[in-house]
Amino acid sequence: MKLSISEKFRDPDLVRSLVEELQSWEKPVKLMEVCGSHTMAIGHWGLRKLLPSSITLLSGPGCPVCVTPYSVIDSIMNLKDVTIATFGDLIRVPGRNGSLEQSRARGLDVRIVYSPFDALEMAKKKETVFIGIGFETTSPGVAYTIKQAAEKKIKNFSVLPAFKIIPPALEALADDKDVSIDAFILPGHVSAILGSEPYRVLSEKYRTGGVVTGFEPLDILNGIRMLLRQIQEKDPRIEIEYKWVVHKDGNPQAKAILDEIFTVEDSLWRGIGKINRSGLTIRDEFSDYNALKKYNLTLPEKDDFDKGCRCGDVLKGKIIPKECPLFKVKCTPENPIGACMVSSEGSCAAYYKYEE
Amino acid sequence: MCLAIPGKIIKKDKDEKGIVDFGGVEKEIILTFVPEAEIGDWVLIHTGFGIQIISEDEAEETIRILNEAFDQ
Amino acid sequence: MKNERITLGHGSGAGLTQKLIRDVFNKNFKLPTLEDAVVIEGDMVVTTDAHVVRPLFFPGGDIGKLSITGTVNDLSMKGAVPKYILITYIIEEGFLISELKKITESVQKAAEESGVSVIAGDTKVVEKGKADGVYITTCGIGVLPDKIHLDARTIKAGDKIIINGSIGDHSVAVINSRENFKLTGIPESDCASLNKLVQKMLKAGKIKFMRDPTRGGVATVLNEVCADTDLGIIIEESLLPVKKEVRIVCELLGFDPLYLANEGKLLAFVGQEAESVLQAMKEDPLGADSRIIGEVSAETNGVYLKTSIGGLRPLLLLDADQLPRIC
Ligand code: SF4
Repeated sequence: MKLSISEKFRDPDLVRSLVEELQSWEKPVKLMEVCGSHTMAIGHWGLRKLLPSSITLLSGPGCPVCVTPYSVIDSIMNLKDVTIATFGDLIRVPGRNGSLEQSRARGLDVRIVYSPFDALEMAKKKETVFIGIGFETTSPGVAYTIKQAAEKKIKNFSVLPAFKIIPPALEALADDKDVSIDAFILPGHVSAILGSEPYRVLSEKYRTGGVVTGFEPLDILNGIRMLLRQIQEKDPRIEIEYKWVVHKDGNPQAKAILDEIFTVEDSLWRGIGKINRSGLTIRDEFSDYNALKKYNLTLPEKDDFDKGCRCGDVLKGKIIPKECPLFKVKCTPENPIGACMVSSEGSCAAYYKYEE
Repeated sequence: MCLAIPGKIIKKDKDEKGIVDFGGVEKEIILTFVPEAEIGDWVLIHTGFGIQIISEDEAEETIRILNEAFDQ
Repeated sequence: MKNERITLGHGSGAGLTQKLIRDVFNKNFKLPTLEDAVVIEGDMVVTTDAHVVRPLFFPGGDIGKLSITGTVNDLSMKGAVPKYILITYIIEEGFLISELKKITESVQKAAEESGVSVIAGDTKVVEKGKADGVYITTCGIGVLPDKIHLDARTIKAGDKIIINGSIGDHSVAVINSRENFKLTGIPESDCASLNKLVQKMLKAGKIKFMRDPTRGGVATVLNEVCADTDLGIIIEESLLPVKKEVRIVCELLGFDPLYLANEGKLLAFVGQEAESVLQAMKEDPLGADSRIIGEVSAETNGVYLKTSIGGLRPLLLLDADQLPRIC
């Protein structure tokens, strides 16, 4: 049988050769995989156990579910008589009054969709609000859906905008004096949209290099190998490993629609706090489709992180999950406190699942 | 952070939609972000949208370079 | 938690279900076993099963067929020969009688094919909106052949774990017809009665223990066995039968096939006679794709998957069903 493209990047022999080479690396380095899907893939394939102890992989802020603040969940629960459409992994995220899954048990109409476009279909039957979470990979599809709703004059549909953009968050990490990251494993699919240019500031201003990496085992190992070479040559730069998908300039059509429908604003990241110009909201021209305006909801400027959750420090790579005093004690996938424990690829949940 | 998998375009409609084959499993996908993609091209799919055309040549090339580096 | 309510997760068969049994049911019942079926009076096996599936008709089966095969399989996992079924319908007001006929024909057909008789039943109707069309509950009665006694505590390190074919088919077929994913090319549910296959296996060699990996999937059953035996289990990804299409749906929606439900699969723990049991299985149409997927180990604790690239991944008990993910 002919191997698919993905399968070619799972060749056990090549994996073994790459692992052997990486095994000889001695100098301790901390690499941050920005993207939650990298965290998942690393766990899924058992890659950490194949790396030498000198290479530490930190899990970064790259899970849109993890960084969605409590207030988004809280405010959406106040909506009555509408269908709430959301991506699956958000429904177990706890807000102050429990999760959407628990609200569904109390009668809230919460439905899981695969695509934002499916939510627009639902609006034909009943007023529907789509929870707009996600990074640059996801937001263009939502932008397109809003545009379609406007063109087709579908009034029953709106989006609660809670989108995040990645480069400002990375800059905040690179700029934090307490955070020591030697290099970034940069997100593959965000970069399919953005390209690699927006990351240049990391190497040019902060001297932290990065490699845009794919998600198959060979991609990840190869990405690490390229980063180690940069570190050895003391030449931090932005490179692309995932050449078969990512181009320097990204996807112009997707970028254009982002610009047309959304505008950049300051945004709250759960556990990290406010990051300037790191979120997207809906432009005034399309405010009929902005659930915040339509239903007069406000998201608070600040969100308190009581209960001792150290999600922020985990995301920043300052501590590993088991250094959080609540990890496994009060905070488990069954009873998650921080969002890092909720999404199955959240840093704490992935750690709980794969590293114990 | 974003689950996306490759699929091959087997049908293209005028209105930016098409059918993508993931290797036996087929689904209607919105192709508005990959207007140059033709039938037979591989595209990367996320939440029902094609987000980028996949270059099979680049994939082969990456594998070839790795094979060469490790002499296989 | 005074105000804690039931969520769908409590019915997933995974961690939350076990917690519910621990915290609520067994506070009162003191059940001798948490398995689905139990041996009474020396050689009789009884089981009870409830069936709630949406949609009621799905590719490869319907709620009627499922109610028989599920019950037959629960009895079979004890080694019993299934004989009788008692059946109860809980029907929503307004439900089409023609649909009820179809479901009932399907019950009868599955019963005949499995060699069991439906001998009694009950009917209740609830108000519109109080049930999802129709629910079916069953009670199954079977007889244990001579000298058959399956017990997880007889499992030893080195025992082989055999499965009779591909995993995840049922879940994927049902999810695709329930949700709005609109995927085509999906295999049918594997929904089938395993009693004939099981009787052949019992004749071919000594089986120590069997379970059908329904809700919660293969990983959940293996975890339960580990908890009951204090042994570890290592299975190999490269040996796992997963249909290509099921694997693709898993990649698309972010599922792990090891946690998806099956309705026509069994896991058997076999010692010395693994090869002859495997051969016998392969001769049955429901076991043609049987294979050994791993073994019991005294070296570890818990369940591990050796990945196809040589890494090792723990397979933990999940709390609830997997949800489609974007990331
Ligand atoms: S273990 Fe829980 S409480 Fe601690 S940082 Fe992670 S999510 Fe927060």
